[in-house]
Amino acid sequence: MLKQSVLQIEHLRVSFRIHEEYYAAVDDVSLTVHENEVLAIVGESGCGKSALALSIIGLHPPERTKLEGAVMFKGNNLLTQSVQALNQIRGKDIGMIFQDPLTALNPLMTVGKQIEESMDYHTTLSASEKRKRTLELLERVGIPNPAQTYDRYPHELSGGMRQRVVIAIAIACNPMLIIADEPTTALDVTIQAQIIRLLKDLQQQMNTGIILITHDLGVVAEMADRVAVMYAGEIVELADVYTLFTRPLHPYTRSLLQSVPSTQTSRETLHVIQGIVPPLTKLPRTGCRFRARIRWMDESTHESHPILREVEPNHWVRCTCYQHFYFPDGGERA
Amino acid sequence: MTFLQVNHLKVYYPVRGGFFRTVIGHVKAVDQISFELQKGETYGLVGESGCGKTTTGRTIIGLVKATAGEILFDGKDLTKLSRREFAQHRKDIQMIFQDPYSSLNPRKRVLDIVAEPLRNFERLSPQEEKRKVQAFIEKVGLHPESIDKYPHEFSGGQRQRIGIARALTLNPKLIIADEPVSALDVSVQAQVLNFMKDIQKEFQLTYLFISHDLGIIRHMCDRIGIMYRGQFVEEGTKEEIFQNPQHIYTKRLLSSIPNADPLKRQEQQKLRQQIEKEYEQSYSRYFNAEGRAYPLKRISKTHSVAIP
Amino acid sequence: MVKFILRRIVMMIPQLFILSVLIFLLAKAMPGDALTGQLANNPKMDAQTLAEMREKLGLNDPLYVQYARWIKNLLHGDLGMSYVHQQPVTDLLAGRMWNTVLLSLCILVLTYAIAVPLGVISGRWQDSWADKLIVGYSYVSFATPLFIFALIMLFLFGFKLGWFPTGGSVDIQLEEGTWEYYISKFNHLLLPSLSGALISTVGIIQYLRSEIIDTKVKDFVRTARAKGVPEAKVYSRHILRNSFLPIAAFLGYEITGLIGGSVFLESIFSYPGIGQLFLQSIMQRDYSVVTALVMISGLATLVGTLLSDIILSAVDPRIRIE
Repeated sequence: MLKQSVLQIEHLRVSFRIHEEYYAAVDDVSLTVHENEVLAIVGESGCGKSALALSIIGLHPPERTKLEGAVMFKGNNLLTQSVQALNQIRGKDIGMIFQDPLTALNPLMTVGKQIEESMDYHTTLSASEKRKRTLELLERVGIPNPAQTYDRYPHELSGGMRQRVVIAIAIACNPMLIIADEPTTALDVTIQAQIIRLLKDLQQQMNTGIILITHDLGVVAEMADRVAVMYAGEIVELADVYTLFTRPLHPYTRSLLQSVPSTQTSRETLHVIQGIVPPLTKLPRTGCRFRARIRWMDESTHESHPILREVEPNHWVRCTCYQHFYFPDGGERA
Repeated sequence: MTFLQVNHLKVYYPVRGGFFRTVIGHVKAVDQISFELQKGETYGLVGESGCGKTTTGRTIIGLVKATAGEILFDGKDLTKLSRREFAQHRKDIQMIFQDPYSSLNPRKRVLDIVAEPLRNFERLSPQEEKRKVQAFIEKVGLHPESIDKYPHEFSGGQRQRIGIARALTLNPKLIIADEPVSALDVSVQAQVLNFMKDIQKEFQLTYLFISHDLGIIRHMCDRIGIMYRGQFVEEGTKEEIFQNPQHIYTKRLLSSIPNADPLKRQEQQKLRQQIEKEYEQSYSRYFNAEGRAYPLKRISKTHSVAIP
Repeated sequence: MVKFILRRIVMMIPQLFILSVLIFLLAKAMPGDALTGQLANNPKMDAQTLAEMREKLGLNDPLYVQYARWIKNLLHGDLGMSYVHQQPVTDLLAGRMWNTVLLSLCILVLTYAIAVPLGVISGRWQDSWADKLIVGYSYVSFATPLFIFALIMLFLFGFKLGWFPTGGSVDIQLEEGTWEYYISKFNHLLLPSLSGALISTVGIIQYLRSEIIDTKVKDFVRTARAKGVPEAKVYSRHILRNSFLPIAAFLGYEITGLIGGSVFLESIFSYPGIGQLFLQSIMQRDYSVVTALVMISGLATLVGTLLSDIILSAVDPRIRIE
């Protein structure tokens, strides 16, 4: 059965003003998110993944940001909506989960009130109904003693509990889509495993689409259904999670997978990607953007205007350099 | 050969309460831990936030005062040395910090940052100093002319290498690396980790490697100590810990690591649930009535577990 | 909470003790004593009687005995005699204290009434023309010394325009308790308190502005926006509440500043309060008054700090006092 699409990102370009000039941090990205699926967007810092996530519901400061393209949601282009119209969608149809649960919650408000707040603007529930629903939500995200936790302040909870509260806020109004920006990065590994489980369960129960923003390939392997790999503002590879981990094609994806020390395999030296990610103001805007990091590859292997091509069904790769790519330091680990 | 020996180390912080703010209890940040480092090895201290691994490292280097116990280095107990005597040993033990962005003074040039330990311990002429700093900067793979630049002109990985150059200038014997790559992107992580392995051979360094990331620990370390709430729950070689974990906490920690193979999701999930069940059912076999771990018990020549 | 306040009050005792010893010793180290003044005022007094009186008053006793007597009197509310005014310091202070408290309260209310809206506008619409104007104002008022500004205000509105009275705390012919009496009292207060407030707002405006600018980019504000909270509510429920915290705590410390400020203001506006008395007493070497006033301002500072801590713990759930 074909899954219904929830959100379509079409040729999205997000540019930030730096010294009177606009620089695109997200450059011509197109993606579709379906219901009941986790779409992971993975990449290193500065690749544009967070900028992409925040632009969907218009959380960038408008005076310094230029948004082009379209983000289609329920028949409307979110990029052209007024803040008032966006506020009807934020927290209701689209929920958001942030990286650091300590700073993502208002220190002066009780946990219960912070969860209820989104119901204040999106529902017509009475005070007692809101309280009842909040207690249900707390229970649903796995918080023991919901009634006690309701009146607690964020600092009185552990990191894992706080992240559960942040998740409760995101799902308070049964959203169709959840955007999770590095939801487990600030957490300990045992807590991370629990939160991943919780998000997966919620996704299945609620039939929600999830956009998972992360730099952690392990989290991707555990959670994602499809994966988009981003480098320097562009998607360089897009595939389902099994394909991406068993048959990665783009040089950047392959390099990333080789540079992570793993607990499953061991290797004397890790692969190092040469050079650095150029700052936003110095991003190469023409040709293969990864070219400078794989200088041993012949220039002729690159395309002059690389595009994302479907090289096998549902497996998309940018540029032709992947066809000839090899590691200069020898083989790839299995 | 035993190089550094930590015996029954305790670091307690008082908890005050009542009308006169008297001490009513202690936070046991580090509680009765003992371990040894052999020359040239990399020893990993692993655990989750608040387990005491960082405090342990800081106590060895003298940034935190030990409440009780011994830290024997070169046959001397570091906890009992006077300030001056300690400073002499301080030369041999250097530290690499987590955040390359905040651990380098932004107002100082690389030359001054790297030369700082030299200036504290050795009297060199400016020319000698500069030559020495340049040599170390080259060693860590940066251009010798970098010494006149400021930290903000470098990337995160380069900054961490400047931090390493600073730690190397006094020819230390032991380096305590506290989450040295946690703030870095994976590709940069690889660079720093490879480099740490290279200089270990070249300078015959011993590492105390502190991290929460078991993948990195497995990649870097020969032996590993697992800490939980200020105590050791298991200690063994890399193989023993990863292939044959004995303590329920170790098992729980290992099973929590995301599996990099998406095909093994179900399997991994089943394993986690099974271990979670075991954790709940056999908690009392691994922890006493107060929730503290038992003293380590040797189960093989190199493998110890905290079981009664 | 009660326990915390009690403990803090208990802790004040040694602080006040040290302060009192210092003040006592300083007063003793000053040339002259209670009788030196009498000698000048009373030509019939000779050296012989003076020595006898000194003995009688215990001025020849060892220092610690004198200190014990002083502190005993202090605790009984006896602050000694003013040499200049020839009346008990307590009586001297009674009326003026009330005037100063009134003035300080007025300054405080005006300060916050001006500073809070300006700070909020400045922080919320950062870099707008309104913000630039407000920042400009705060630079000017920061650079202007209080006594010069007060003099200008007095000259302009008091003498030139004649809108406000130029001295005293109330019109002399008015009966206490009448409506006109209170109007006049208020009229006398307005110019000095406005002068004080316009200068003291600068700290709060700048503080509030930078707090709001910092808070606006915090993660929890982004969370609130992601929930779909309307912008006005994002400010009122999230940004402002968090930005007001340090300002609220400031209130207690402000008391200390007010005592200092009252010295200038009251002198310039000839307003009969303890600030004016303090300056006069120093110039006339009326030490018993000076020591009493220093003691009182010391106490006020300690109480102010305590007040700040209590306010902070009341508004910030992260600071809970058992």
